[in-house]
Amino acid sequence: MTALIEVKNLTIQFRTDEGLVTAVDDVSFSIDKGQVMGLVGESGSGKSVTAKALMHLNAKNAVYGPKSQIILHTANGPVEVLKLKSARDLKIVRGGAISMIFQEPMASFAPAITIGDQMVEQLMLHSNMSKAQARDLSVEMLDRVGISDPARRFSQYAFELSGGMRQRAMIAMAISTKPKLLIADEPTTALDVTIQAQVIDLMKDLVREFHMGIIFITHDLGVIAQTADKVAVKYLGRIVEEGPVREVIRNPKHPYTQGLLAALPKLDDLDAPLTPVAGDIPSPLERPSGCVFHTRCPKIIGDVCKSKLPHDTQVDPTHRVACHLHTEVPA
Amino acid sequence: MSETLIKARDLSVGFKIGSGFFGKSILKAVDHVDIDIEKGSFFGLVGESGSGKTTLGRALLKAVPITGGSAHYTDGEVDYDLTTLAGPELKDYRKRAQLIFQDPYAALSPRMTVRDIIAEPLEVMGLTKTREETDARVRQIAAKCRLNLEHLRRFPHAFSGGQRQRISIARALVSGPKFVVADESVAALDVSIQADVLNLLKELQRDLKITFLFISHDLSVVAHTCDHLAVMYLGRLVESAPTREVFKAPRHPYTKALFSAIPSLDPDDRGRAQKLEGEIPSPTNQPSGCKFHTRCPFAIDICKKDEPKLEHPGDGHEVACHRWRELADTLAA
Repeated sequence: MTALIEVKNLTIQFRTDEGLVTAVDDVSFSIDKGQVMGLVGESGSGKSVTAKALMHLNAKNAVYGPKSQIILHTANGPVEVLKLKSARDLKIVRGGAISMIFQEPMASFAPAITIGDQMVEQLMLHSNMSKAQARDLSVEMLDRVGISDPARRFSQYAFELSGGMRQRAMIAMAISTKPKLLIADEPTTALDVTIQAQVIDLMKDLVREFHMGIIFITHDLGVIAQTADKVAVKYLGRIVEEGPVREVIRNPKHPYTQGLLAALPKLDDLDAPLTPVAGDIPSPLERPSGCVFHTRCPKIIGDVCKSKLPHDTQVDPTHRVACHLHTEVPA
Repeated sequence: MSETLIKARDLSVGFKIGSGFFGKSILKAVDHVDIDIEKGSFFGLVGESGSGKTTLGRALLKAVPITGGSAHYTDGEVDYDLTTLAGPELKDYRKRAQLIFQDPYAALSPRMTVRDIIAEPLEVMGLTKTREETDARVRQIAAKCRLNLEHLRRFPHAFSGGQRQRISIARALVSGPKFVVADESVAALDVSIQADVLNLLKELQRDLKITFLFISHDLSVVAHTCDHLAVMYLGRLVESAPTREVFKAPRHPYTKALFSAIPSLDPDDRGRAQKLEGEIPSPTNQPSGCKFHTRCPFAIDICKKDEPKLEHPGDGHEVACHRWRELADTLAA
């Protein structure tokens, strides 16, 4: 497998009135063609900021660390995303090779322009299609994502569609430009469970058909288990564990991943007590020293966790964890 | 042994929408619902958006007008008919029945200290006479909700989601209510915090003898916290039974579909679930017969014509489905 996108030492800070806030801290990962990577974490873990960086979409007050690198492999060779400057160059990553689906489809569609006009507009921007061709392709994509009567929906407005329908239209729009990488930021969080199940199925079909890479951002480990090939768990801007989805869910190594799994209500054992992860997520302005998780960690070893940042340890060739419990054990 | 705290029969809540040329139309958000909430229970109410679960909760708090049927509140001290409750009795009911909101970021005034937020209901209802008495009550409930007493002087912005939710719980409980409606009270919280708030609610139910109506769209959360579970679809109650019963052997195809739709944590268990087609119909344009027949994999002719009544088979497991007896084995599998 060849890498589609490589992220190396990505660090992002935001300049705010209260000082520099670290949102993403030395994050590295790569995604292959046709691979689905889940990015899990709680609020404030920097999931969305990481995803936005791939399209160079972060706000003006974002400061990228000097070693940060994002390399997108295209047919015309590698592109360094963070070095792109002009709006024309940025088109490669914004809607060209990379598309994004957001959590709130109502907020992502312009309310006063029909769904169809919005789809046609972006197709004409990113390809040499004529208006008629763009129209035909848009209706075809609407049909492909399971929207009934696509020709009629094409000329409707976002408010006329139900929540599930809107999210399908959003997906149709995102994949109509044939992106190499699709970023899905909590695409099912605002949906009802029965609709969520339909959208998950649809996304799985699309991966098979279009063979694109997907970054699936969610806080729901169940959704990850159902969709992803590999998963990266984030806490306060750092990836604390990454590996194949089966490994991470069945054999979690980081105390945070273990805590997240234990906190989930399980349906096969209703008597099992719910075990919360102790404490609260620290404010981004009060970033803990050493291991960022040490303030809540039930397995804290001692001063080493408070003072020293754990580096990545490969527990096996595809599974890495950043925790002092594992650095001490000889490989 | 068990007493009923809330008893509703044929309860309906309708909203008038649009008064156009052809007269007014009525949106039936809650449609002829029978519900019995036992004293001291943790009663779960689930359903998708638009099923009327929030409206039912508010009707029982008398926060929206009840337009049909009956509803009674009986706690041993008082006996209120919720359809006619007014004046001083309604004021008294406000002390006995309270609501915890979904979003702890929107529910707390940013300009009041935590102490003032929690104390406000006491002052408004005139439950305490002196400031010392108010402070004592605030401290007592704050400690019960595991809030740091030193934080009472701070403003809400200084707190995380979990702490904020504990503050809104304290505010709801400070008047000493017997009945509390928790509407999606953990939905906005992170997983690691959610479990903590759920455990707290259970603890309060036991220690303070509070009856909870827990409204949620998340079946796995409900399964872990509630003793009794009721499922709503388009304003109708379709199934109601002890939680374990419902999980072991759901009787309504909709309940079964809801269970199947929960994403399994087992990566090898992909796509086995029975998937539901389509979406919940608009409440202004409801299907005839059984409201669920447009999405039901088991629908037959009668389902399109006759609306099934909620049956009480005697084992405490109520269901509104024409075919529940013949489907029992299929759905339990």
